[in-house]
Amino acid sequence: MAAPKKGRRPTGAQGRPGRALAVILIAMVALTAGMFLTKQTTPRLGIDLAGGTSITLKAKSEPGKPDAINETNMNTAVGIIERRVNGLGVSEAEVQTQGRDHIIVNIPKGTNEKQAREQVGTTAQLYFRPVLAFADGAPAAPETAPSPSASPSGAPKAEGSSKPSASATPSSSATSQGRALSEALKAPAATASPSPSASESKKADDNKAAPSPAPTPSAADAAVADLQAKFAALDCTDEAQRAAAGKEAKPEEPTVACGQRGDAWGKWILGPAGVAGTDVKDAKGVVDPQRGMWIVTMEFTDKGADKFAKITGELATKQPPQNQFAIVLDGQVISDPSVSQALTGGNAEISGGFTQQSAQDLGNMLSYGALPLSFQEDSVTTVTAALGGEQLKAGLIAGAIGLFLVVVYLLVYYRGLSLIAIVSLMVSAILTYTLMALLGKAIGFALNLPAVCGAIVAIGITADSFIVYFERIRDEIREGRTLRPAVERAWPRARRTILVSDFVSFLAAAVLFVVTVGKVQGFAFTLGLTTLLDVVVVFLFTKPIMTLLARTKFFSSGHPWSGLDPKRLGAKPPLRRSRRTGPVTAPVDAKEA
Amino acid sequence: MSKLGDLGAKLYRGEVGYDFVGKRFVWYGVSILITITAIVALAVQGLNMGIEFKGGAVFTTGKTTVSDTKARELAKEASGHEAIVQKLGNGTLRIQIASLDTDSAADVKRELATGLKMPEQDINADLVGPSWGEQIANKAWTGLGVFMILVVIYLAIAFEWRMAVAALIALIHDLTITVGIYALVGFEVTPGTVIGLLTILGYSLYDTVVVFDGLKESSKDITKQTRYTYGEVANRSINGTLVRSINTTVVALLPVAGLLFIGGGFLGAGMLNDISLSLFVGLAAGAYSSIFIATPLVVDLKEREPAIKALRKRVLAKRAAGAAKGGSAEDEESYGSGEAPQIVAQGRAERRR
Repeated sequence: MAAPKKGRRPTGAQGRPGRALAVILIAMVALTAGMFLTKQTTPRLGIDLAGGTSITLKAKSEPGKPDAINETNMNTAVGIIERRVNGLGVSEAEVQTQGRDHIIVNIPKGTNEKQAREQVGTTAQLYFRPVLAFADGAPAAPETAPSPSASPSGAPKAEGSSKPSASATPSSSATSQGRALSEALKAPAATASPSPSASESKKADDNKAAPSPAPTPSAADAAVADLQAKFAALDCTDEAQRAAAGKEAKPEEPTVACGQRGDAWGKWILGPAGVAGTDVKDAKGVVDPQRGMWIVTMEFTDKGADKFAKITGELATKQPPQNQFAIVLDGQVISDPSVSQALTGGNAEISGGFTQQSAQDLGNMLSYGALPLSFQEDSVTTVTAALGGEQLKAGLIAGAIGLFLVVVYLLVYYRGLSLIAIVSLMVSAILTYTLMALLGKAIGFALNLPAVCGAIVAIGITADSFIVYFERIRDEIREGRTLRPAVERAWPRARRTILVSDFVSFLAAAVLFVVTVGKVQGFAFTLGLTTLLDVVVVFLFTKPIMTLLARTKFFSSGHPWSGLDPKRLGAKPPLRRSRRTGPVTAPVDAKEA
Repeated sequence: MSKLGDLGAKLYRGEVGYDFVGKRFVWYGVSILITITAIVALAVQGLNMGIEFKGGAVFTTGKTTVSDTKARELAKEASGHEAIVQKLGNGTLRIQIASLDTDSAADVKRELATGLKMPEQDINADLVGPSWGEQIANKAWTGLGVFMILVVIYLAIAFEWRMAVAALIALIHDLTITVGIYALVGFEVTPGTVIGLLTILGYSLYDTVVVFDGLKESSKDITKQTRYTYGEVANRSINGTLVRSINTTVVALLPVAGLLFIGGGFLGAGMLNDISLSLFVGLAAGAYSSIFIATPLVVDLKEREPAIKALRKRVLAKRAAGAAKGGSAEDEESYGSGEAPQIVAQGRAERRR
């Protein structure tokens, strides 16, 4: 693009400045018309200027799955997050990948940021686990929330829906709980179920070289005791404990977990996972027309249906709270419906005590629960509309000041010539603005604060090109040339300098754009765009205008205010003037270095 | 203005000028001193890394009358960590709490809202995981590496490898100085700073390229004459493009100065300020280095070339012969060799025809 070409004859705007000007004028009109036709009259504003929340997620590489972070999985994750966020009723939310392993979620203002963040979720591992024991998270809190119940879809089950769950068992009766729990835990070992036995104690201080395949009672008891100790000690009202409770749980082992029940926290001991989130094909929060209440319908995959039938069949025969299964998302119980019959056929519904919000949230979580990757939040930025507006204003004022200073400097130094620079800057500004407005729709370009910075910095770069050209013209006049040949002779040399230096700028912007994410990218994009436009404007506007104006008396006579006064510039009578007084139309022999 | 134009003309014709090349060792020394200072500052003080590099939260509140000391207590109460609180120009507070994880930050925000008696929606939160800044920095390093390789290749093609090397050294010099100033003054390093630093790359080179372009042109047929050595031609070239260099630098700095002024005066802190501050420092360094460092370096590299060495010998021999006749020395100009040339005016013009 910008390798300086040797000995290339100046072309294009050389003899026909009118044509080049027409091209750029048409381009400006077309862009402006396009802007009004598509009703994109302002650039789309980024979160930091319009207000809202921006979340940057980074995919975590899991040990043993080095290839998990690939384009397919990232795109699946984007789809899931997008549906989740937009499932909140946020229609404008944007989710896009950036770079190899980042996902940026932009949620415009006016939405509940907290909810959105929860929905975006850092990781989402969803399991259905049988409930073995339940207690209040905070022993003092009265229990109010009824437990929902699961039923085959289509079969109304009014009696289960409002039945309060097992009343809170005070922790003092841990013994009776313990017995039931032991039985529950040993049950899988007694039956010939293929599920891995739950008795492998997590404690490594079992003095055994290898874990025995058949559970010994002592090991099972140790596991039970361990779980019970954990359960008794767990305080679900404490955020740190809550977060830690179910995090480390392996799906095939029993675990303790916290969760919200109505307005209070509860704690559970849960058996091994019977069904995973990946077994859920679809789930929705809908209104049941017969009962006029919000329910969540679930549809399972074929494999999931079998598993679900099995787990519900087992649960249906038990006593509360062990007839419940807990839906566990990221180690937290999000729902614990009770079961009164085996649910076969791959469809089920959960009813009881849902509001529209909670039904839809649960539906969302169930259907999009299992992301193919786990993510960590790298940064979360919340900007109020007020601050956004202020930052935009500040950016615009800064831009105006910068522009003003540049214009004043050019006026003082270049006088009449600066008019050309100022008009060129205006052309640049119009092109930049219209392109930004149009690109908002076309490629999802959003103007953020760094991008505004980039645009302001670019004022300097653009003006520099004019200075390079003007100084060249002045040098030619100092050589004793008249203006018209000076303008034409200066161009090839100035052109090369402009191209080389702009190419370096563009290279910097392009590299930045490719390797960075987020804010830096916005900056790089603007810088690159304006650098390209700079070249366009200098070639198609500044040079042709210069050619035209060189024909006017004001400039060509070297009027003191034109900025091209030979006397002021200290031109010396040239040595061999006769050599260079040919008409301008003659092709100029540009000996380029 | 007319004086300026006049000066421009004199510079252009080489009637006046500063002996950049001849005094290069002075400026090398200055630069080496600055660089050493920068490195020492970096080693001793280190950089004041912003919250984005440690992980934590930055809250910007709405307008409030609460004093910053009061807010600091509030923040400490809410988070259990020490907080840095700044009162900004527009009546808002900026509260930084390090090592706060993104999950608990929401609660802190709620408590702050209660304490400051403003709705939660009026508080801006910027929560950053501990690895975020590092990632930005790593990507920046990657970008830097890639860019340097590409630029050296490009400049080697567009000009020659010596100029590419000199430009690269000047670029590293600019970055070192900028980072050193950050370490010395203790400015906070944020992602904005990193953006600014990366922009300097393009800009610093822009300037260097403009100067090199002039140099390449004026030294085109250098071996076909015996009037000047390469160093002298280079010096002429710098002086000839001095006005252009100064103008492009000033014009580039003006908008950045506007940004800095607005960022500092109007918003108090934030992205605008961070970007423009590092840009300002870097641009100034870049303008200096392209004239005082990059071009003299090219001369040093060029003077090792056999052809250029031979030229130097020829020129000096010719001068020695001419000195017997007596030359007209100009007092304000001394060329690299310490001897003034006899005729200064039309060297370029003649070569062009």
